[in-house]
Amino acid sequence: MSTEAHVSHTHSHADHGHGHDGGTHATFGGYMIGFGLSVVLTAIPFWLVMSGVLGSNEATALTVMAFAVVQIVVHMIFFLHMTPSSEGGWTMMALIFTLVMVLITLAGSLWVMYHLNTNMMPVHDMSRIP
Amino acid sequence: MFNNPDLLKAIFGRLTLESLPFHEPILVVTFLAVALGGAAVVGAITYYRLWSYLWREWFTSVDHKRIGVMYIVLGLVMLLRGFSDALMMRLQQAVAFNGSEGYLPAHHYDQIFTAHGVIMIFFVAMPLVTGLMNYVVPLQIGARDVAFPFLNNFSFWMTAAGAVLVMMSLFVGEFARTGWLAYPPLSNIGYSPDVGVDYYIWSLQIAGIGTLLSGVNLVATIVKMRAPGMTMMKMPVFTWTALCTNVLIVAAFPVLTAVLAMLSLDRYVGTDFFTNDFGGSPMMYVNLIWIWGHPEVYILVLPAFGVFSEVTSTFSGKRLFGYTSMVYATVVITILSYLVWLHHFFTMGSGASVNSFFGITTMIISIPTGAKLFNWLFTMYHGRIRYELPMMWTVAFMLTFVLGGMTGVLLAVPPADFVLHNSLFLIAHFHNVIIGGVVFGAFAGIAYWFPKVTGFKLDPFWGKLSFWFWVSGFYFAFMPLYVLGFMGVTRRLRVFHDPSLQIWFVIAGFGAFLILLGILAFLVQIVVSIRNREALRDVTGDPWNARTLEWSTSSPPPPYNFAFTPVIHDNDAWWDMKKRGYERPLGGFNPIHMPKNTAAGIILAGISVVFGFAMIWYIWWLAALSFVALIATTIGHTFNYNRDFYIPVDEVVHCERARTQLLSGQA
Repeated sequence: MSTEAHVSHTHSHADHGHGHDGGTHATFGGYMIGFGLSVVLTAIPFWLVMSGVLGSNEATALTVMAFAVVQIVVHMIFFLHMTPSSEGGWTMMALIFTLVMVLITLAGSLWVMYHLNTNMMPVHDMSRIP
Repeated sequence: MFNNPDLLKAIFGRLTLESLPFHEPILVVTFLAVALGGAAVVGAITYYRLWSYLWREWFTSVDHKRIGVMYIVLGLVMLLRGFSDALMMRLQQAVAFNGSEGYLPAHHYDQIFTAHGVIMIFFVAMPLVTGLMNYVVPLQIGARDVAFPFLNNFSFWMTAAGAVLVMMSLFVGEFARTGWLAYPPLSNIGYSPDVGVDYYIWSLQIAGIGTLLSGVNLVATIVKMRAPGMTMMKMPVFTWTALCTNVLIVAAFPVLTAVLAMLSLDRYVGTDFFTNDFGGSPMMYVNLIWIWGHPEVYILVLPAFGVFSEVTSTFSGKRLFGYTSMVYATVVITILSYLVWLHHFFTMGSGASVNSFFGITTMIISIPTGAKLFNWLFTMYHGRIRYELPMMWTVAFMLTFVLGGMTGVLLAVPPADFVLHNSLFLIAHFHNVIIGGVVFGAFAGIAYWFPKVTGFKLDPFWGKLSFWFWVSGFYFAFMPLYVLGFMGVTRRLRVFHDPSLQIWFVIAGFGAFLILLGILAFLVQIVVSIRNREALRDVTGDPWNARTLEWSTSSPPPPYNFAFTPVIHDNDAWWDMKKRGYERPLGGFNPIHMPKNTAAGIILAGISVVFGFAMIWYIWWLAALSFVALIATTIGHTFNYNRDFYIPVDEVVHCERARTQLLSGQA
């Protein structure tokens, strides 16, 4: 794809330089920190499930999900190099838009689907209809 | 060996000779007509030795202009198919009275209304809108192509592949009989064991890949490739609407893909996502598909709004009134279009709080839409309006769309919707907004940009004829449906028992006939314009005295669009350049770096058709083979490093000199 991106008019001159505009630069240290955090954030939920320290299954599931969310953020920062200013703010905007859309879809679907029985007649009443 | 049913089944899946509809006279005649027509076209192309030209210059082209034109041609061809379905339905409903069964058997009629909906939305409206965006957006932002030129070609061919599968269902097997959104449980394997729903699923999945990728492509193009000086708030309104539409595509189409994937799992491997038992819920399908479906209608209509904005300001000779409010209205519609999906199923059983929430959000959408309408009206106010063809479509849109919008607000009231749900009133409403909005917008756009594409204008006489037939035909065809809806007639009925209804269906049928004349007049218009092209020729590149950047280049534009990237100082960039006495640069050209044509897109799409066909007919060996071929070709293409070339300076100089001569000869 990178050759195709070159067709952009800004690269129309013979210059082949790759312009990395905005965005944090990838460093070895950054990747290592991201890798370390990912390992830790995976190991802890694994240990929680295997040892069952938290007692109830619900609590364990919720904790694991919380770790998953933290892990997503770690990946976005250290591997995808997303910061509020990368790509002139477009990355952040796209992220916020995506989150809003996902939130609307999930919350809306749950609300709609759990609301479906509101107008149903209670089943046992059916037999009493004359 | 031909007596071994197991072997035949292993080779052909469930495809047998009985799958070919020899027993349906209508289909046999249609097939003969299509086969003869197709043979004539193929013969003509062969006779004039156009195959290699078409292959080199069009099918493998990565030029966004060529691809845009191919999208529009696809949309127009499929319009003929979708409209034939409409005519057949209108005829059936007009005659099936007083004990008559009409001329269409139920299983055929059900396929027709399903195919009509699917084709008109996915293979007519979408290609027309995408084609316009593809052609115009890079020119409007001063770019030489889209961000991913090969992806663009691939997207087009995937859309075309979906269309091919739908057309195949006419003559090999059958199409779905479920209505255009294929609600389960009817679309599940228990109630639709035949291939119809599988044709539906695979054609939409394959075309959906194309749509999604073209959305990604155009978003990247608009965000990253604007000419220097063109800030977001200096973008032309059409580009703004294209951006919002493509953001909607990227956000909404994965939902459709996921829903259809779950439906195929239900059908193919017996999962229970949408079945009635084992914890499945068909209502979840309805919920999810409308989370895609409602944004989809805005995906279609937003670019049309963009076309009307460009046309109104050009033909009123004025800057667009309220540019900022227009942009904000578009963005607000983009967000709100995600908050209203439940109004498509108010009657499914949700309680008052859910229904009133979605009813209110639906009504709120009419506010930004109304703001847009007032902006167009104020643009016309005190303008020097030229009633040329694009402007006529725009005025017809304003009148028609307001009507459709008002019936929409009516339907947004849940108690009213409980009465009107699934009635012909609803059918009239959405045809009112889709024809009055999207189709009129597409015709306005085609008439407006046709001289840019070809270098000559469309013939005004046949255009006006087509316009009046379309507009009057629309009113004759759909106003009776409002009346019938109020009388309680529901959609998708094949026979009627109340003779007093017949007159309304006859009027609607007459309207459809007028629209037929409108379509024919449009085709004649194209032929006449091509024959009279010398008289209709425009050498300036700016026949309408327009305002945006695409008119600053020649008509048709050179392959590289702009010899030098323009620098933008104003919203109406080209108007601003003209006002400041812009001089076209005549020397100092450089070689221009461009992407190379590739056959990978059309090959991948061709294999996808085979894959879809094999999945539909349970020909597992072919499905596996074509899937492997698909992956292999994709990987193979990534090793093609020979993707770009330079247009030599001589050629640029030659192109630009030719333009200079044209311009001076004209002056």
